[in-house]
Amino acid sequence: MTDHHVVLRVVAKVLIPIITIYGFYVHFHGEYSPGGGFQAGVILAVALVLYSLIFGIKPTMEAVTPGFARGVAGLGFLLYAGVGVWSMMMGGNYLQYNALLREEAGEFVGQHMGIIIIELGVLMAVAGAMVSIYYAFAGRVTEISDEDW
Amino acid sequence: MMEALAGIDLSVALLNITLLSTLFVIAIAIARLRSLFAIVLLAGIYSLVSAVWFIALDAVDVAFTEAAVGAGISTVLFLGAMVLTARTAQASPNKARHVISALVVIAVGAVLVYASIDLPGFGDPNSPASTHIGVEFLARTKPEIDIPNVVTAVLASYRGFDTLGEVGVVFMAGLGVVMLLGFGERALGAQLKQGGNDEPEDADLGGLDD
Repeated sequence: MTDHHVVLRVVAKVLIPIITIYGFYVHFHGEYSPGGGFQAGVILAVALVLYSLIFGIKPTMEAVTPGFARGVAGLGFLLYAGVGVWSMMMGGNYLQYNALLREEAGEFVGQHMGIIIIELGVLMAVAGAMVSIYYAFAGRVTEISDEDW
Repeated sequence: MMEALAGIDLSVALLNITLLSTLFVIAIAIARLRSLFAIVLLAGIYSLVSAVWFIALDAVDVAFTEAAVGAGISTVLFLGAMVLTARTAQASPNKARHVISALVVIAVGAVLVYASIDLPGFGDPNSPASTHIGVEFLARTKPEIDIPNVVTAVLASYRGFDTLGEVGVVFMAGLGVVMLLGFGERALGAQLKQGGNDEPEDADLGGLDD
């Protein structure tokens, strides 16, 4: 933690919130523009990775614990699969979004809701898995001194 | 020859040539370099340039994924793997290996070039991609799902099953890496939980004990 990292730290402090907001934008705007849960999940994970590269792995693991990251990944997958079970409980086929709200033809709320929810599941699973993989790699080495580079 | 060139937009052709030759130069540099740090960064740049090329081919979603995953996350993961293993690579002294590798590379390249002769032209309206089921998705997305982005409609609704499987693969890949490598992470997590500030002498050894 020497002084010459101060520029990196200030720039990262500005960038990380913007990256996070951009990740959510990519997710919620996925119906209208390129992008979706996969890309949004990776962008959110990248924001956390950038934080840990600048401020160290320890404060990152205190903010987002490894167990939390794994839990989010599992919950995301369950959320996706759960939408399928929900549509089956409403009398449709697995992942048949029309059945979610028992809509007539010509109504699209169920389709839009299904897509947003499963994309949220994708986002959680991808972001959680990426952060878990990163922690598995980065957690093994404690800290790297500047001379090592 | 001139008839074949008649329909080609010169600016697009120049852009493609520039991007592809940049990719070629980066690939040669990656093969020649011995410093793994430079190789990892060049691989990230390779991903970024190919993302730009995907945009030139109108594959914006693929370009987005390539930029986020290829240039972002995998560069960081390669760096993490490099820190755990070695910083430089040595050329193998075994000359026979070099010859075998060169033969395999040339053979695979020749097969790919041979296969590319049969590919339909870029944007060909009679290609299987633009005559088959793709047209149907384009026509049905508006009346059936009512969202503007057909890629999202196909990915999340028409092919929801496939995407579920894909998410399962990503989840299991993450779980697999954590189970293989996660001991150090667990050791560091436990250390954080105890509130201990001192660094362990060797995170790997500490992890193997539990």
